[in-house]
Amino acid sequence: MHETAIPNLLPAARTTARQAAIRAAKREERVAWQLAAPAILLIIVLILLPTLAVFVFSLTNYELGYDDFQFIGLDNYIELFADRTFLISLKNTAVYTAIVTPFSVFIGLGVALLIESETRGRAFFRTVYFLPVASLLVAMATVFQYLLHPTIGPVNAMLSMLGIAGPNWLGSSSTVLISLAIIGIWQSVGFNMVLFLAGLTAIPRELYAAAEVDGAKGSWERFRLVTWPMLGPTTLFVATISVINAVKVFETVKTLTEGGPNKASEVLLWTIYQEGFVYLRVGYASAMTVIFLAFLIVLMLVQYRVLDRRVHYT
Amino acid sequence: MKNTALFSMRNLRLGVLSAGALVFLAPYIWMISTAAKSREEIFSSSLTLLPQHWALWENLAKALTRVPMGQLLWNGLVVCGLIFFFQVVIAIPCAYAMAKLKFRAARTMMTLVMLGLLIPIHATALPIYVALNKAGMLNSYFALSAPFFISVFGIFLFLQFFRAMPDDLISAARLDGMSELAIVNRVIVPNAWPAVTAFAIFSVVAHWNDLFWPLIVITGSERATPPLGLLFFRAAEAGDDYGALMAATLIITLPLVAAFLLAQRRFIEGITLTGLKG
Repeated sequence: MHETAIPNLLPAARTTARQAAIRAAKREERVAWQLAAPAILLIIVLILLPTLAVFVFSLTNYELGYDDFQFIGLDNYIELFADRTFLISLKNTAVYTAIVTPFSVFIGLGVALLIESETRGRAFFRTVYFLPVASLLVAMATVFQYLLHPTIGPVNAMLSMLGIAGPNWLGSSSTVLISLAIIGIWQSVGFNMVLFLAGLTAIPRELYAAAEVDGAKGSWERFRLVTWPMLGPTTLFVATISVINAVKVFETVKTLTEGGPNKASEVLLWTIYQEGFVYLRVGYASAMTVIFLAFLIVLMLVQYRVLDRRVHYT
Repeated sequence: MKNTALFSMRNLRLGVLSAGALVFLAPYIWMISTAAKSREEIFSSSLTLLPQHWALWENLAKALTRVPMGQLLWNGLVVCGLIFFFQVVIAIPCAYAMAKLKFRAARTMMTLVMLGLLIPIHATALPIYVALNKAGMLNSYFALSAPFFISVFGIFLFLQFFRAMPDDLISAARLDGMSELAIVNRVIVPNAWPAVTAFAIFSVVAHWNDLFWPLIVITGSERATPPLGLLFFRAAEAGDDYGALMAATLIITLPLVAAFLLAQRRFIEGITLTGLKG
């Protein structure tokens, strides 16, 4: 109760001071709301509501052009898992991802390690390997179509010089996924490489010196004992990003194969695109989208956990 | 002995890097070579890179006359410009409020942002398309750009960057009597330049190259972006005039590749920064 001991004036001044502080805080809160309002509004309108709408659509038989639609419960999902095209599409997406991810991660890592340890032409090589990331994929896919052309393409011309009869890369159902995967790898190695280069520069030099003192003489030993464990978080992170990007493959499929031949390159986004935007079966395509989103969310949750760990390291 | 071993090891490294570089450059080399060849020469399937008879100008002329190339590049520029402008103008104030102001909703906002990062355009495309269709706004710059005006990734990136900025800078500006908006404009943005350029590179590369969304909302070549225009050109050419096709790909690939070669350090830094944060 020491307040009573202080002259009358002070408590009053204190209340006004406190009121002023409260007013300032309220004002700051109001300004913050004003600054964030456009972003909040757009997140709701462009992300949350559409996502909600996809879930709702997936329970209906809505088709664009017909205004009335009924709720049909889980019928779309039941139809989905009996739909041969959708099942092929899932399988192809999985195969494509299983080819592209390991190659783009490990070639990216290999190139980063080579560039890091080689002093000559470092900037040049970095530029060359990164170039595909900055190139228009639709355009480069067209170039690959020429390169892989069964009769006039340089790749098969080179193979025939070696006495090998080259396959009909993009035109045969047994090689089309591999051909698309080659383009996918070519396109994503540079991106992975720069992430690995960033990860490599973050490794403290002393660790290599310490490893050498402990008897790790060869470069393989140094890699096994220092580089690989220290790159762990980066590698996991690059791997998840690579999987997510591979699952989203669309541009090359649209440009080169349109899902063919005979559905051999039918992938998830292509199937969704066909059902939703060509056949306009919005309800059915929404159910596919929900499945697609479920995959992504599982993958991204892995990524967040990795990201969390990264933040603790740095 | 050890010296020569080391020497050959270094050369082996250089050899592997060079061979890989050649493989990575091969599509560009063949693109340029084929763009300069005549139709007959392309179909004779020879492995020579230099054409016997230069047809570069003919092919370029074909590409430029059969596709409204200027229009395509202009559309790409407008769309990327609109998207980047709105993304930055909307994300920066929001990130500033979350990072530097007493904002009780900041935690909820963070949840929203993390949620938004999970959801790509492929997931929201159907309802947005239905809405644009109902509103009769397909085939417009608005349809091409509006879905991307909010970039939760941008908010996330700027937030990380602003948090690391010293509070003194902002207090000093407040003592000078600046409004919060003026602080964002005159103190935050100039100091956030590395983050802004990194985000610009990320955004432009993503939207210049995007095919999925333009394919959905655009039907004519009038508003087509470069990737879509190239698809139209292929369809119209029946895809077998590779000389003209390569000339068209050359023209369309060039702007971004040239920008990359001119500012490659910034490019790689930008992609590294946005890649690691995203």
